[in-house]
Amino acid sequence: MTQNNSEKIKVNHITKIFGPHVKKAQELLSKGEDKAQILDETGSTVGVDNATFSIKNNEIFVIMGLSGSGKSTMLRMFNRLIDPTSGAIYLDGKDIMKFDKKQLLDLRRKKMSMVFQGLGLLPNRTILENAAFGLEVQDVKKEERDKKAHESLEMVGLHGYDDSYPGELSGGMQQRVGLARAIINDPDILLMDEAFSALDPLNRREMQNELLELQRKLHKTIIFISHDLNEALRVGDRIMMMHDGDVIQVDTPEDLLDHPKNEYVKKFIENVDRSKILTAYNVMVKPNTVNIDKDGPKLALRRMKEDQISSIFVVDSDNHFVGIVDADDANEMIDKNEKDLHTALKTDVPTTAPNTPIGDLFNAISKSPIPYAVVDDEKHLQGIILRSAVLDAMATKGADD
Amino acid sequence: MNSLLSIASIGAIPIAKWVNAFFTWLTGFAGFFNAITIFLNAVMNGIQWVFDIIPIWLFIAIILLGTWFLFRKTKHWGFMLFELLGFLLIWNQGYWRDMTQTLDLVLTTCLLIVIIGVPLGTWMAKSKIVETIVSPIMSFLQTMPAFVYLIPAVALFGIGQVPGVFASVIFSIPPIVNMTNLGIRQVPSEYLEVSESFGCTAWQKLFKVQFPLAKPTVMSGINQGIMLALSMVVIASMIGTLGLGEAVYFAVGRNDVGTGFAAGIAIVILAIVLDKISKGLGGANKTDAGSNE
Repeated sequence: MTQNNSEKIKVNHITKIFGPHVKKAQELLSKGEDKAQILDETGSTVGVDNATFSIKNNEIFVIMGLSGSGKSTMLRMFNRLIDPTSGAIYLDGKDIMKFDKKQLLDLRRKKMSMVFQGLGLLPNRTILENAAFGLEVQDVKKEERDKKAHESLEMVGLHGYDDSYPGELSGGMQQRVGLARAIINDPDILLMDEAFSALDPLNRREMQNELLELQRKLHKTIIFISHDLNEALRVGDRIMMMHDGDVIQVDTPEDLLDHPKNEYVKKFIENVDRSKILTAYNVMVKPNTVNIDKDGPKLALRRMKEDQISSIFVVDSDNHFVGIVDADDANEMIDKNEKDLHTALKTDVPTTAPNTPIGDLFNAISKSPIPYAVVDDEKHLQGIILRSAVLDAMATKGADD
Repeated sequence: MNSLLSIASIGAIPIAKWVNAFFTWLTGFAGFFNAITIFLNAVMNGIQWVFDIIPIWLFIAIILLGTWFLFRKTKHWGFMLFELLGFLLIWNQGYWRDMTQTLDLVLTTCLLIVIIGVPLGTWMAKSKIVETIVSPIMSFLQTMPAFVYLIPAVALFGIGQVPGVFASVIFSIPPIVNMTNLGIRQVPSEYLEVSESFGCTAWQKLFKVQFPLAKPTVMSGINQGIMLALSMVVIASMIGTLGLGEAVYFAVGRNDVGTGFAAGIAIVILAIVLDKISKGLGGANKTDAGSNE
């Protein structure tokens, strides 16, 4: 999904201290004193302690942590709803801490939008007016902003509620409005503060899918706050674990699960249902294939013998998946002296996308007599899933715990 | 006992003297108060001129139409019938012009308390210091017996309509100031965070988020203010303010129970109509529809 790996945001030694005697607390912190002790001595709370990390262009970057870990504070420093005590945040190479009032308004109006857990839909405005809020603030003409708001609502799959009031919509629908409101000014960056946490599990799952779907279309840089690891693993390209104001680990979901940096992370990931995280991509294997455009039955048979399998996957010259050929059919072709594999091709092969969770495939795969083919959007063959591989993967991963 | 004696022995603190000195000083700005008098007289005469020029039947029709429009979602037919009969009764009793004079006083007062009270309440909501100063003053104004305001009113504005308005404004401004302050402070912080995150300036935040959300509270302050202003009409008639209060005041002087009651009923009718309409303007209508989940 990440097409452009350049750095979008760089966070440099950001520290945020709340409360009185900030200077003194800062000194104590730099001396390496314990946060509880600093609170005792100065009455100040360390929200975020010396965070340094960067966020890539067009990725979904999840900041994970329990309440009080500093994740929401961190998020609010990106658009400076909260100003850090020290440190710098670079957006496209520019230090946003040095922005003047006008630049800051511009940043909030055009570059970044926020989706809130509490939604914050204004109860006295219709859905359309709520969605158009970001444009209204910029004094965009009513006609134009209404049109855009309508499009934005359509994009998040909310039809026919333009003139309703927020109180008349369900929680999931309201969350869609919050999302529509955030994307209306086409910002580079979406800040999502526990955006789906208030929803019931079904709605949450649906909104996560909606977000991924939206991301495929819009390619934003999304900073997503969550306390739910399953959610983080589901939507995140990379995950940053925070604990007690500290950044503990920044990694891809895979690496986070495979190489937790310390006991805290280990404990955190212990309860994850692996079948939800492992995708088809993780368990597939590279199959031996034949090219339908140039290979004949003899080569197909030979490769089957090599691998001791009874059928082989067939692709064309562009690696598009076309079907399979059985050993029996190949033998028959050789007997009849036929060369073109098309005659023996079977096309009713089950396929799946690389990002399908194994949990969803488990039943189907265990019943299927032939391996599943993993194909991407352009029908390129990525790999195959063997029944044994699924069972193996789940068993060994489970044994790790 | 000793300490009590000693308090008595130091003599009375000359509060009355000080207040007198202050108002004597204030009357030194006669030009200023004259200007206010001329201006307010012009406003009130203007409103009265409109009331006088409209035929009574048309006036009643306009009120009924306005009521119908205001409550078109909830359909208060009973109230509209009450309005019709009430106004016809006032007309029948020969209090029509007195009623319009009273309405003039109430509307002018209402205008002034909104113009002064809403910004003041907003300032209170924005500044802790202003709140600390203004809040006790408002409590003081509200608890002081209304009669007391008549004295400085006469001293500064003479007798007639304008001192009546002055006394009414002083007496009825506290609720709107307090309610505006309260309404704005009660706006949940999440909405403020939303408006800031979308790049609202402080003014945009005030006009697009805080005022609209505080509106029901502010409107109930205005409603209370109107009711208080109405309660001042009889008192204000003592300093020559015209209207229904004047009729009641004369009836008291002549010990005429019947006339007093008839004029009193006219005040009650006007009060009920103003109360209901000002509540309607406060969006009682909208919340009915909005809470339909």
